[in-house]
Amino acid sequence: MDFAIDIPTLQNLTYIISSVLFITGIKMLGKESTAVKGNFLSAIAMFIAVGITCIGLVNPIVLFIGILLGAIIGSFIALKVKMTSIPEMVALFNGFGGLATFLIAWSEFNNGPDSFFQGALVMFTLAIGGITFTGSLIAYGKLSEKINIAKTSIITKIFTTIFYISLAFLLYSVFITPFLIPTFEFFTVLLVLVLLGGIGFVLPIGGGDMPVVISLLNSFSGIAAAFAGLLLFNNVLIVAGSLVGASGLILTVIMAKAMNRSISNILFVGYASSSPTSSSEEQGEINPISVSDAYLILENASSVLIVPGYGMAVAQAQHTVRELGELLEENGTEVKYGIHPVAGRMPGHMNVLLAEANVSYDVLAEPDDVNPTMDVVDVAVVIGANDVVNPSATEEPGSPIYGMPIIEVHNARTVFVLKRSMSSGFAGVQNPLFFKSNTRMLFGDAKESISGLVSEFKD
Amino acid sequence: MLLGFVLILSIYLGLELISKVPSTLHTPLMSGANAISGIALVGALVLSQDGQLQTTLAFLAVFFASINVFGGYLVTNRMLKMFKKK
Repeated sequence: MDFAIDIPTLQNLTYIISSVLFITGIKMLGKESTAVKGNFLSAIAMFIAVGITCIGLVNPIVLFIGILLGAIIGSFIALKVKMTSIPEMVALFNGFGGLATFLIAWSEFNNGPDSFFQGALVMFTLAIGGITFTGSLIAYGKLSEKINIAKTSIITKIFTTIFYISLAFLLYSVFITPFLIPTFEFFTVLLVLVLLGGIGFVLPIGGGDMPVVISLLNSFSGIAAAFAGLLLFNNVLIVAGSLVGASGLILTVIMAKAMNRSISNILFVGYASSSPTSSSEEQGEINPISVSDAYLILENASSVLIVPGYGMAVAQAQHTVRELGELLEENGTEVKYGIHPVAGRMPGHMNVLLAEANVSYDVLAEPDDVNPTMDVVDVAVVIGANDVVNPSATEEPGSPIYGMPIIEVHNARTVFVLKRSMSSGFAGVQNPLFFKSNTRMLFGDAKESISGLVSEFKD
Repeated sequence: MLLGFVLILSIYLGLELISKVPSTLHTPLMSGANAISGIALVGALVLSQDGQLQTTLAFLAVFFASINVFGGYLVTNRMLKMFKKK
């Protein structure tokens, strides 16, 4: 009997082990208690998959240099980045994964696909990878506030048009070019078009819809990797890529549900074109409050719900918020945090910020957990959140956000809204919460207002 | 055909595995999944290197996938370490 195993067999066996570890790892990532281990397991899976692939490489030197450089740069970014910049970093890394699959598809095209199916696969992989790459770069720019181009601007319209052209050209490349050989370098055109198309895909999507786009791009990078696996006949690419594609898809659906909108509405319509017919006349008296009056009410409260939004991230107020929470607890007040799934600019954005500020994750509650007991909450403190606490979503059938699940702070005994000014939220919808008789507006920078409360407590 | 089978089963498995994730973990899950999508590195390693263009493409693919892998795992780990229960 011959016990010698050839290298491809050995690699495939190792890929099975790696796949199992990936599956276990991602499962463990879904639970707080096992998440760190899960991430570690998936890193091991990656290590052995890459390691076994390196055996039998023909010309490894240049590739090893690539890995080394990538490792240094990737680790440097990951360890240096401030925790508040995590959303844009995830977008950036995601883009690089997309770029890698884009390059894989490009290289495979140069090898000459040997069937219609292979050719189609090459071009779909190229398109998804390319769109993921430039789309993620735009998402990165939007999240880090380096790119600020209005949806209505001419630049946005041009790129959106290019996005649709690139899709049409993709179909042309896949279905027409194999049969009617074009007289021009169609593949070069496709390369450029999908990259520009990715820009057009993300550019028109507004800040508040970013959680959905980020999840979707994440899903795309997985799908692109899975397609590359089909292309290269590589099982571990297919398994790992599909897992990512599926998890991204689930997050996308969760985010869309949390906004009560369909994914296509978010991607292709946006809030701007939903008719602004809502009864924004329902304006009335607003009741401003000073920091010292707010303190007096908080001091006597027995339960407080803190509802953070993107404004807390902008003001970098999470540490001060945690301090206030601790002081309230010392004062005998029960403190909870109500976190809406789409608060912030990426899925779980608020959770990451509060975790960074050392807030225990078991006091972070979802809307379904806090809404039923809202009427016994003495004070709900809304920090830089707007649409996710807008009662129009439950009370006004004509409102563009009607039906969106919200945190029903208006049912609390008193509501403090910390806000810079009276501008409306991302959805452009007036918020009747501000005019309710139990609402008190605490105007000013969120961080300063909370610092004020903190020092009142300390005195 | 067999590969298509693997693809469909894996997607189904993924959907089943992650259908119920607490929102606390949405960001780490996404970031961790993002690191896994760096598996493209394995594909990048086996690309042909015939000629200068192909070698350059392979090098760049490996380079960018490595950034994704190393950056992704480290950032996820950093983030998860912050999640504490008191």
